[in-house]
Amino acid sequence: MRTLLAALSLVALPAHAALTVLACEPEWAALVKEIGGDKVNVTSATTALQDPHRIEARPSLIARARNADLMVCTGAQLEIGWAPLLQSQSGNAKIQAGQPGYFEAAGVVSLLERPTSVDRAQGDVHPAGNPHLHLNPRNIERVAGALIERMGAIDAREAPNYRSRGEAFLKRWRDATVRWEKEGAPLKGMGVVTYHKNLTYLFAWLGMRELGTLEPKPGLPPSTAHLTGLLEQLQREPAKAVVRAAYNEPRAAEWLAERAHIPVVVLPFTVGGTDQAKDLFTLYDDSLARLLALLK
Amino acid sequence: MYRILLCAMALAMAASARGQNVPDELEQLRQRVDHLEKQAAAKPATNAFNPDISLILQGSVARSSQNPDDYQITGFMPSSANSGGEVAPAPRGFSLGESELVISSNIDPYFRGQLVASFTPDNQLEVEEAFFQTLALGRGFTLKGGRFLSSVGYQNQIHQHAWDFQDAPLAYKAFLGGRLNDDGLQLKWLAPTELLVELGAEVGRGRNFPGSDANRNGAGLWALYGHVGGDLGESTAWRSGLSYLRASASDRGFDDHDAGGNPVTGAFSGRSALWIADAIVKWAPRGDATVTNLKLQGEYFRRSESGDLTLNSRPADYTSRQSGWYAQMVYQFMPRWRVGYRYDRLGYGSVSAGSFTSADASILLTAHNPTRGSLMMDWSPTEFSRVRVQLARDNSRAGVTDNQVLVQYIFSLGAHGAHTF
Ligand SMILES: [Zn+2]
Repeated sequence: MRTLLAALSLVALPAHAALTVLACEPEWAALVKEIGGDKVNVTSATTALQDPHRIEARPSLIARARNADLMVCTGAQLEIGWAPLLQSQSGNAKIQAGQPGYFEAAGVVSLLERPTSVDRAQGDVHPAGNPHLHLNPRNIERVAGALIERMGAIDAREAPNYRSRGEAFLKRWRDATVRWEKEGAPLKGMGVVTYHKNLTYLFAWLGMRELGTLEPKPGLPPSTAHLTGLLEQLQREPAKAVVRAAYNEPRAAEWLAERAHIPVVVLPFTVGGTDQAKDLFTLYDDSLARLLALLK
Repeated sequence: MYRILLCAMALAMAASARGQNVPDELEQLRQRVDHLEKQAAAKPATNAFNPDISLILQGSVARSSQNPDDYQITGFMPSSANSGGEVAPAPRGFSLGESELVISSNIDPYFRGQLVASFTPDNQLEVEEAFFQTLALGRGFTLKGGRFLSSVGYQNQIHQHAWDFQDAPLAYKAFLGGRLNDDGLQLKWLAPTELLVELGAEVGRGRNFPGSDANRNGAGLWALYGHVGGDLGESTAWRSGLSYLRASASDRGFDDHDAGGNPVTGAFSGRSALWIADAIVKWAPRGDATVTNLKLQGEYFRRSESGDLTLNSRPADYTSRQSGWYAQMVYQFMPRWRVGYRYDRLGYGSVSAGSFTSADASILLTAHNPTRGSLMMDWSPTEFSRVRVQLARDNSRAGVTDNQVLVQYIFSLGAHGAHTF
């Protein structure tokens, strides 16, 4: 038994920060970092180059869920295939649904595209509404406000620290939002085609128009028939570009862009999706810069 | 509704305010709308308290050169389906597979429950799983109780509709009667480490092979297992484990025949001890399995049994040491399409049964090392549907090759399935 414990301590986690956080997606890891600084030890279950719908509850994620004080996810069924497994297999009472240690961003944001009826004949629809909510800075602001409270509730000793760091972040964030909205104003009305409905909040915020998706139905891979139809549609109503998230496979976007004689814009989608998108601020900076380049 | 009204009012105000200078009022309105939106969003979904329900529909059309009804694995117990477990290949022609109803939910903050009921093609209702599981023990502990798929090995706890081949590996058929789902308790502990280290213990009734249901106090089967797993870089994930299973059988029956082809009724009473070593590696570019991914999986089994054997009520001392393994590879070469190959082999090892020879029990006591090769290709339009073609060359029976072809469908309705590793 003693040798077992000794062996385990060799692979044990490094000295504990105040709060260990498992974020489901990189944007929430970045937000936790903004609020918690070096008082938190945060990792993301997914990277910007992984499709968050399709993750498996692999051993390393179960181990991380076991050790987390707080799990921060998008919710609205985005992680339905894997987050419940992490919870039920973790042996960790803190992060179960309904506990303070499980936080869903979708709980404090009003979702777009809530379907009035749900039928899988429409594809793998998100029944609670579109969960890809982090690309509207006002949603980040709301989530940050709730997350500051939640982190403070779980870790009362550091609560004042989270509050002051959080407030400072929110101030910088509101200033940046005003700047982005000014910079992004020329994008208003621009029509684009996207891959999955994962950029909807960004387009809605900037007043851009989503003319179609490469996926024939949510979650289905693009088919030639659907792309051909889309191409015909673009002849009647031209789009400025095909815009896809960094994790979406490139071929369908290139196929359509080449035939419609429009460029492909790859957006980071989340922190780490491009070399420039290093944190939440540069995520927005880089996304805007890539879209504005279309106007040059 | 109120929110929409307010938004409309805000818009109307904004329109009428154009030209005038009232940004403060607008800002106030915006904040009120935000506040109301927040309240609206905080409302739970209407079906939040309903359990997740899903239904699995399966069926196949199969062709085989040997009759599946007299399937046997020469040299191994159980030698026929009635010794417990589902071991025969798919029936010839059109047949319905098991239709499964899965209901699961958190019970309260402390427990979770799950039922998997299976409607068999011959109109039986079977309880495959019905268990509770703790959520709030903490410190990495989870207790499970009821009937559940044992966590020994790797494939045992994967539900049949999520298997990569239509049937179980030969080693599972020979050593676990297809799969082990006993009635009992499981205690599992996850170490507080970055590497997944999972240790578990199970005690059970031993109602099925390799045990046998007996009217006894105490446990008829117990098992210990350990799994470790983690990532190798961004693209590769792995898990490996070792399990030990101990069962006591009393009058575990099986059907055999003698050299003249006359039926022999056999029974085994004694101890059965099984070791399983398992390993699985999954690879996907940058850890994103959407377009392509590869899965390698293998398990090694080693069993020893000792006790009393009876053949048509004539007794003898019986000891055996037998082994088996399989290795399989499944590759998704483009979205929706996967191909896979599996190789199975069992080792007859050493078997002694007193003065009995293969003339007394030709299935159990004929030295034979069964092998099988299976090739499959499947197409999954979505996560909820799959159609599979599978070819197999099965040498489970001594001196006979069974060539099998089948087409299988698996559909899943209702709650979104779990992405188990
Ligand atoms: Zn989505």
